[in-house]
Amino acid sequence: MKDNMEGRKLVDQMDVKFQTRDVQVYYGDTHAIKDVNVDILDKTVTAFIGPSGCGKSTFLRSLNRMNDTIPIARVEGKILLDGEDIYDPKVDPVQLRAKVGMVFQKPNPFPKSIYDNIAYGPRIHGLARNKAELDDIVEHSLRRGALWDEVKDRLQEPGTGLSGGQQQRLCIARAVATEPEVLLMDEPCSALDPIATAQVEELIDELKQNFSVVIVTHSMQQAARVSQKTAFFHLGNLVEYGDTDQIFTNPVDPRTESYITGRIG
Amino acid sequence: MTDATHGTAEPAEPRRRKASLYASDAHTRRRNAAEKRFRAYGIAAIAIGLFFLLVLLVTIVRNGTPAFTQTFVTIEVALPADKLDKSGNRDIEEMKKVSTFGYAPLVDDALAEALAQAGIETPFANAKDLRQIVSASVAAQVRDAVLADPALVGTSHEFRLLAASRVDGYMKGRVTRESVARDKNISAEHLDIVDQMIAAGLVERRFNPGFVFGADASESRPESAGIGVSMLGSFFMMLVVLALALPIGVAASIYLEEFATQNRFTDLIEVNISNLAAVPSIVFGILGLAVFIQFAHLPSSAPIVGGLVLTLMTLPTIIISTRASLKAVPPSIREAALGVGASKMQTVFHHVLPLAMPGILTGTIIGLAQALGETAPLLLIGMVGFIASNAPASFADGFLAPNSAMPAQIYEWAKRADPAYYERAWGGIIILLVFLMVMNIIAIILRRRFERRW
Ligand SMILES: Nc1ncnc2c1ncn2[C@@H]1O[C@H](COP(=O)(O)OP(=O)(O)O)[C@@H](O)[C@H]1O
Ligand SMILES: [Mg+2]
Repeated sequence: MKDNMEGRKLVDQMDVKFQTRDVQVYYGDTHAIKDVNVDILDKTVTAFIGPSGCGKSTFLRSLNRMNDTIPIARVEGKILLDGEDIYDPKVDPVQLRAKVGMVFQKPNPFPKSIYDNIAYGPRIHGLARNKAELDDIVEHSLRRGALWDEVKDRLQEPGTGLSGGQQQRLCIARAVATEPEVLLMDEPCSALDPIATAQVEELIDELKQNFSVVIVTHSMQQAARVSQKTAFFHLGNLVEYGDTDQIFTNPVDPRTESYITGRIG
Repeated sequence: MTDATHGTAEPAEPRRRKASLYASDAHTRRRNAAEKRFRAYGIAAIAIGLFFLLVLLVTIVRNGTPAFTQTFVTIEVALPADKLDKSGNRDIEEMKKVSTFGYAPLVDDALAEALAQAGIETPFANAKDLRQIVSASVAAQVRDAVLADPALVGTSHEFRLLAASRVDGYMKGRVTRESVARDKNISAEHLDIVDQMIAAGLVERRFNPGFVFGADASESRPESAGIGVSMLGSFFMMLVVLALALPIGVAASIYLEEFATQNRFTDLIEVNISNLAAVPSIVFGILGLAVFIQFAHLPSSAPIVGGLVLTLMTLPTIIISTRASLKAVPPSIREAALGVGASKMQTVFHHVLPLAMPGILTGTIIGLAQALGETAPLLLIGMVGFIASNAPASFADGFLAPNSAMPAQIYEWAKRADPAYYERAWGGIIILLVFLMVMNIIAIILRRRFERRW
């Protein structure tokens, strides 16, 4: 497996977005992530699957240094974004997060208007020079979030007044609006009904044309539907990483197989 | 669910199955009775609370409202030029040389004249003896009016003069003929005259703006004492508190809540802030005396010192409520902001603080209201007992010139021997309560207005 990965690394060098080497994450004394080595590709949807508590969110959050906000969290090892170590002291985590956007498990729109929800990121990063440009960004982002047609007539209404599925698409549009290179999604559909889930999945499929998308999911069907690469985590270890088709049809590790067939819950 | 049924259900299972839903079993009846009893306790508790509140309000209103009215004597006062402006050229500096002693006889004569016109007999041969009907401050009142408008000299002008405190007390039922028997300030004969003056429409009780806007007066002239100047004292103190406690408190809270790492040191600060909130206010008073007056040499009795002391006292209240409202902002909002690449400070100022605003404002206003009613620390920095007889001359003077504060003024009045002052103390309490009520209403309105969490 290791040889396999090394080989691909050489071939796809240009397409690798994130490279992680021997990443360890600790919460105080808890060793939540152990020796994780993974290459996350550009313009690809990568799914993180695994039983709950195995560290999927923890690892995801270390990719945009969201773990910095947890005082007891500690990250070791190397995480390279386009070859640059994101934990280098010279790196400003705020700058990193503008490049690596995030969508959370529970839709969390700002208690502001739909427009301001989208416009906030571009505003603080100075992406628009004037109101017209900002309007463009808002429309474009909402279109990418597959929400434009539903909200175009009520941009000034509160984002929190939307339905759960719409809120999550608003959050995705908000993340997209800052023009990130990678989009991290932590169980983005777990609070949504099947119809909203289908909409978001369709959206993810479109987003991969421009971004590298990493999605944590506890639904294997979802992973199979949306992702091209799948990483299976178990007890803090990355057990298996490979093409989604291969993981689901022909897993190498017995633990992966047990999980996929429903024997590890 | 399973737990609840397991304990009782096993032996009772067969009986339960048969029981009708229409008939309540013993267990249900007992539970319902307990619930009913608890509701009764609650209602009783609220009723007791309301009863005391009602008693309090009725007492305050009954005792306090008389202070807002005052007895006035309305008479025509002749202002002869030969006495008030000997040079005749209406030169203010020249006219100022005539002191209140020059004006007092004019009022005496005016009184005698008014009585004669109304056909009221007086047992006094000397007009000077009528002086006890009006306040000792009337000569000054007439003089001030003349100096303000020199054109009055040489004419006869109608003045509404403050009646003496005893006359006012007689009107309000506080003073009776028996009680004046041994009073050298007034006699039963004066009261007879007052009765006739009332009948003639010369004496009447009406709303007295002087009580709300005026300055305190000496112990012997309760009729002209007002709370206005100490209100200004309170106002300037509140300005100091607001200008210092709000920014310091909010900055400290934001730092502690959003930026500081949790460690021994911040824990220590946290514990100390909670302790500080429980420190008796008099301790802050003596601290203020030692630090601001004795060490920093700020003027004593000055609102700035009072404001500084009350700031110390209010800070913990503001910090505690601000931190509570910052804590109440859901972490998901912070994550959302950080997730789109906002910095820590942008997150706090763009998202967290606006959401915490209603709580912060409420806490601040409650802190201010507390400070407004605080008396004990003012005792120690000399703001009690000081007779604030003049409104501050300038804005800076408002902070630096000796003054009193509303609660201190009330305390001072309650302490004075004359029952007329006791009545004013109650009146002052009404004003203080109105202020507190207004502040609370503002707090509620602000909370409603900002609390659009959507
Ligand atoms: N903020 C935290 N503080 C301490 N431990 C945490 C924290 N977040 C997660 N953990 C621990 O780290 C492990 C991995 O959690 P998480 O990454 O949330 O798992 P997953 O997302 O796969 O369900 C769990 O054992 C969890 O208890
Ligand atoms: Mg998780």
